[in-house]
Amino acid sequence: MSTTTQEKITKDKLSEQERQYILLTQNGLPIIEKPYHAIAEQMNISVEQVLNLTKSMQERGIIRRIAAVPNHYKLGYQYNGMTVWDINDEQAEEFGNAVGQLPFVSHCYLRPRFLPEWNYNLFAMVHGKTEESIAEYRGQIKELLKEVLVTRKHDSGQHVTLQSNDMLTSTAILKKTGLRLKK
Amino acid sequence: MDKRRKCQTVELTELEKKLINLLQHGLPVCERPFAQIAEEVGSTEQAVIECLNNLRSEKVLTRFGPMFDAASLGGAFTLAALAVPEEDFDSVTEQVNSFDQIAHNYRRDHDFNMWFVIATESAEEIERVVQAIEKKTGLKVLNVPKLREFYVNLYLPV
Repeated sequence: MSTTTQEKITKDKLSEQERQYILLTQNGLPIIEKPYHAIAEQMNISVEQVLNLTKSMQERGIIRRIAAVPNHYKLGYQYNGMTVWDINDEQAEEFGNAVGQLPFVSHCYLRPRFLPEWNYNLFAMVHGKTEESIAEYRGQIKELLKEVLVTRKHDSGQHVTLQSNDMLTSTAILKKTGLRLKK
Repeated sequence: MDKRRKCQTVELTELEKKLINLLQHGLPVCERPFAQIAEEVGSTEQAVIECLNNLRSEKVLTRFGPMFDAASLGGAFTLAALAVPEEDFDSVTEQVNSFDQIAHNYRRDHDFNMWFVIATESAEEIERVVQAIEKKTGLKVLNVPKLREFYVNLYLPV
C-alpha cells in the first residue's frame, strides 16, 4: 500500500464530498449506535452512500484504517526509539517493507542521506514498555537487516568507519500539534 | 521524566483491554459497527459504546475513527533536524517553535539533537521555512523528506 498509494493520491484530487467527509470525521467518529447515519445526516446523503464513500476512500489509501489509536504512555508503552539504518539502496524497498511489518514499528520511511553528516536512509520508530525492550527490538531489526547494512568509510581519510545504525530516543517533547485539513 | 510517565499508566478493565486490542486492528464498516464488536467480545452494544466513550474522554484513546493519509489532506511535509549546541538549546527551541509550520518537535539524544516535522500548504513553502530557520538560528538544517513510506502493522497489546 505504501508507495503506489502515495503516488495515486497525489494524482487523485479529493471530491467535494470527500473533503466534507474528512472535515466531519477527522476529529473522530461519533461513538453511538449508528455512527454512519449521523454523518449521512450531516452530509445530506444516504447511509449507503456514506458506507460506499468510506470503503472507496479506504481502497484508495486516503483512509488508512478505521481504528482506535491508544495513547502509548497510558498503556505502559513509555519508551520509544527512532532507529535509523544505512542499508543498500537496491534492496531498500524490500527490506523497508519487512521492517514495517514488525508489530512494534509505528512508522517506517526511506529518506535521503546527506553524507558525511547523515548516512542513514531507513527510519523505523519502535515502541516498548521498558528500555530493554526497545533495545531488543532494535536488535531484531538489526538481525533482519544484517545482510544489507552498509559499511562506509569516512571521507576524511582517517579510516573512521561510520556506524551502520543508531537509535535516537526522545528525551523531551518540545512541541506537538495535530495535522488537520483546513476548511 | 520516567516518573511522570509511569504515573500516566492506567488500570484497565477486562472489557477495555479486549476492545483496545481488537480495535487497534480496525473497526468494521457497517451500519452498526459496535453491535458487531459487542458480539466479538461477548458484551452488549450499549456496554461497548459506553466503554469506548470513556476511553476516549479519558484520553486512553487519542483517536477513534478514520485515519487519513496526511498527504491526501493536501499540503507538504518533511522531517528535519538541527545539531544545536547545548548552551543554545532553549533559545533555538523557542526560535524553531515560533514557526506555525512546525507541527512536532522532539529533543533526541544524538549530535542532531532536535527533530521536527514541518507541515505546509506547498512544497515551495517547505523550502522557505527551512531557509528561514537557518537564517534565524544560524544552524544548517538537515532536511530529510520521506522518499518512500512503508505500510505498518503497529500493535500495542494490553
